[in-house]
Amino acid sequence: MNYFVDERGYYGDFGGAYIPEMLYPNVEELRQQYQRIIDDEQFKKEFKALLKDYVGRPSPLYLAKRLSEKYGANIFLKREDLNHTGAHKINNTIGQILLAEKLGKKRIIAETGAGQHGVATATVCALRGLECVVYMGEVDIKRQAPNVARMKMLGAKVVAATSGSKTLKDATNEAMRDWINNPVDTHYIIGSVVGPHPYPDMVAQFQSIISFETKKQLKEQTGNELPDYVLACVGGGSNAMGMFYHFIDDQSVRLIAVEAAGRGVDSGFSAATTTLGKEGVLHGSRSILMQTEDGQVVEPHSVSAGLDYPGIGPQHAHLFKTGRGKYVSITDDESLNAGLLLTQYEGIIPAIESAHALAYLEKMEFKGGENVVVCLSGRGDKDMETYMKYFNL
Amino acid sequence: MNRLQQLFQKQQKDLLSIYYTAGYPNLGDTLKIAETLEQNGANFLEIGFPYSDPVADGPVIQASSKQALDGGMTLHLLFEQLKDLRQKVTIPILLMGYVNVVLQYGVEEFCKKCREVGVDGCIIPDLPMYEYEELYQPVFEKYELSNIFLVTPQTSEERIRKIDALSNAFIYLVSSSATTGSNLALSTQSSDYFKRIADMELKNPFMIGFGISDKATYDSANKYASGAIIGSAFVKNLKQDDLEGSIKEFMVQFSV
Ligand SMILES: Cc1ncc(COP(=O)(O)O)c(C=O)c1O
Repeated sequence: MNYFVDERGYYGDFGGAYIPEMLYPNVEELRQQYQRIIDDEQFKKEFKALLKDYVGRPSPLYLAKRLSEKYGANIFLKREDLNHTGAHKINNTIGQILLAEKLGKKRIIAETGAGQHGVATATVCALRGLECVVYMGEVDIKRQAPNVARMKMLGAKVVAATSGSKTLKDATNEAMRDWINNPVDTHYIIGSVVGPHPYPDMVAQFQSIISFETKKQLKEQTGNELPDYVLACVGGGSNAMGMFYHFIDDQSVRLIAVEAAGRGVDSGFSAATTTLGKEGVLHGSRSILMQTEDGQVVEPHSVSAGLDYPGIGPQHAHLFKTGRGKYVSITDDESLNAGLLLTQYEGIIPAIESAHALAYLEKMEFKGGENVVVCLSGRGDKDMETYMKYFNL
Repeated sequence: MNRLQQLFQKQQKDLLSIYYTAGYPNLGDTLKIAETLEQNGANFLEIGFPYSDPVADGPVIQASSKQALDGGMTLHLLFEQLKDLRQKVTIPILLMGYVNVVLQYGVEEFCKKCREVGVDGCIIPDLPMYEYEELYQPVFEKYELSNIFLVTPQTSEERIRKIDALSNAFIYLVSSSATTGSNLALSTQSSDYFKRIADMELKNPFMIGFGISDKATYDSANKYASGAIIGSAFVKNLKQDDLEGSIKEFMVQFSV
């Protein structure tokens, strides 16, 4: 079984490029160039140097002692929260900004939900002196004021997406429309492993540094580079893809992807895509998405804005359908409690997205001594208001 | 030969096609608008079946789609509304919408229904060419439907040739790289582009759309193409409380 992208841009039944002709030249240019650019020695050197000196990589792999005792397994945390700007998102934006430069682009656009990807994009644009426009749902702009301010301070223009439900999927639509209207000088930095081919593959490659480092670090710390389990939360699925990437072909490593159940999978307020979704096309690729019988995309719900997306990347759809990955979901309440637990056991306040992955530990059964890696995709600073309200802090 | 192919066999000049969204402004207006448009000089029509995430569309069609969906429009309902289409309307009809809605309906079932109610073809802007060739073309042919491809100023010559080979009615020339309803006057740049396409001597005629909003832009498109397609400008002009009047008022500028 091949879990990686084929020549036509598919992962099994999923992927492809379902885009209007107006986007075809942009996406085709990228498709023809991306692998050549990524494999170029000069590019690799620049990418590595920025990840080390600017982002602060490698991120630590930390054996969480008290958490390990509680669960009866060796729980390792891959500390993406310690990256510059506070999440894994920067791995991708560094890669894409360098790629955009090689393509000669002068203007960068991006979509954002919680604002983490928007901040990571605005950051690299400031770093390289490129114009930056970030689309963000009107509803999210109100919910995530501090990140909006950060983007503005970084010099980005934040444009409110006022169409549809005014959240992440609509921000993505607006960014695509911008790209249609600016076909020559603009590069669109998509924030997850979604969108038309080659985006899912390209973003996965940039995020794959997470599992690349994890393998080495595990080998150093335990003598064995392969863990028994890796866990990550899934919005679009980029931190999970990065965490899975170098373990996919090692069948002994169990891959667990944690989706947001919101108020419960049957509550009507959920983002548990593999449970509630069906195969279809969203934002340029064939995957699994939450939709009505008529094929209209359904608005998801999660307490964490970063998981509040009605689809998943095509590679995840493939891992799910083939059974290579296990897809589970965690409710708003469970995730918030897991966030508090990590804070009080280890002194780390996680992003609520990452807390979804942590919460699943509670539901696993260990024999004892298993090695488990959880991707701690981001820090909880941005979520303090939610934590404060929920726990009456 | 379907109605659309027959039309282009008869006439390859000064054609006017109108796009509108099914279920807008009122859920039940779909057929009434088609009838009124035929009576007022439209040569063929594109009826949009709405989608929640129409990335190729500008604000006007986004809004009409949302209103139609909020009002309860679905593809099932649209086919229901079009049941008596051919008792009331004789001009060719295309359905236009996004691929996910067709997928969920089922490609074969969709094409079969199109044929049953008297639809002549489709425009599915986010359907990739390779997928059309492999999965859709045999079904389209079985039900005598024409698939209409878009071409933009950035589309390569090689790709245009391929599109020409796959087309059997007309090619849809997008006037400039833009979402629908962009208010662009047709520039010298666009006339260069239209001339370039005309000089390619394609086997299919072409129609120009996107940014055509009135008699003046219609006339300039007509200099190069078999005709023009108007969408947003027409939809924007529809009045809920005077549907027929507003259609007549819009169409009168094009009558000679
Ligand atoms: C900290 C954090 N984790 C996870 C996600 C979800 O994205 P993805 O599924 O692409 O990793 C986000 C998105 O904003 C995030 O900020």
